[in-house]
Amino acid sequence: MSTKTPMTDSALEVFKARAAEEGLLDVAYATADSPFGPLLLAQTRRGLVRVGLPGQNSDELLADLAERVSPRVLEAPGALDDVRRELDLYFDGKLDSFDLPLDWQLSGGFRQQVLRAINRIPYGQTRSYTEMARKAGNERAVRAAGTACGSNPIPLVVPCHRVLRTGGALGGYAGGLPMKEALLQLEGVLDESPAS
Amino acid sequence: MTALPPFQTVLDEHSAAVMGILRGAVGHEGAEDCFQETFLAALRAYPKLEDSRNLRGWLLTIAHRKAIDHHRARGRNPVPVAEVAEVAVEDGNPERDEELWAAVGALPPKQRAAVALRYGSDLPHGEIAAALGCSPEAARRSLHEGLKRLRKELA
Repeated sequence: MSTKTPMTDSALEVFKARAAEEGLLDVAYATADSPFGPLLLAQTRRGLVRVGLPGQNSDELLADLAERVSPRVLEAPGALDDVRRELDLYFDGKLDSFDLPLDWQLSGGFRQQVLRAINRIPYGQTRSYTEMARKAGNERAVRAAGTACGSNPIPLVVPCHRVLRTGGALGGYAGGLPMKEALLQLEGVLDESPAS
Repeated sequence: MTALPPFQTVLDEHSAAVMGILRGAVGHEGAEDCFQETFLAALRAYPKLEDSRNLRGWLLTIAHRKAIDHHRARGRNPVPVAEVAEVAVEDGNPERDEELWAAVGALPPKQRAAVALRYGSDLPHGEIAAALGCSPEAARRSLHEGLKRLRKELA
């Protein structure tokens, strides 16, 4: 805000530090740069809870977090340094496995089972929606597995981009298909000029 | 019930106004402390807040209490306020507010306190007098002098 003075800024910093100390910072968020555009990162005390992809509406994501997790949502870039560092390494092709605590609370039941199964797909490999449905305990729930994939609250880190249609078609991606393609190229799964 | 916005939004929209009013009420030096206390109290209570329609009024009520605590802790002029007014302060133009409260902050201490308590905190004259430890007549005079000076300053 243009009316903010430097003193208000320092007061805001101190306030946020004290809020964190007192355990009042339920959701910390920050933005991070990526080759695809800005990402929104949000975490609780348990771990990373939400990653917003470029093109997703940050205000809506934050309002959703306020409603579903806690309204004590504050911007706190320092709190997300680890996440930002690992993502940077990943985009540079220097990290093939994230070592970050995750908070699964935004996905329940079968969806969470599917996402946990997706989280175990190794770097540079792909699986089909059918396989994910089977891994989550219900082979016939392929459509539900697809929905779980599409509603993944922690994309990139939980690698839903590694799930393809049976036969190898790309399927969908919240960040758009070009981003999914680029991620699979980065991981060496797709050639530079993929057949889609 | 209207959903509560992320607390960051509350900070973005109202922190400048709260700081401005606190500067008027307790001066620049104490304002930063009161600011922390105000927003920490607000953050503690926030998830249970039932009405999100007048967040500014809610924050200013808390800020007012913190300003009174501040004066009390300083040991000068304990403030015998029976009850804190829960009325919301009308929303104005925030930029205009900032300018105004900066001018209030520049007033001599008695005038500044009288103006802040009257218009920042909505206290009646009797309570302003009690807060300042002077007669109602003297409080009225401080307020009058303060306003006269502000009118000249902001004209």
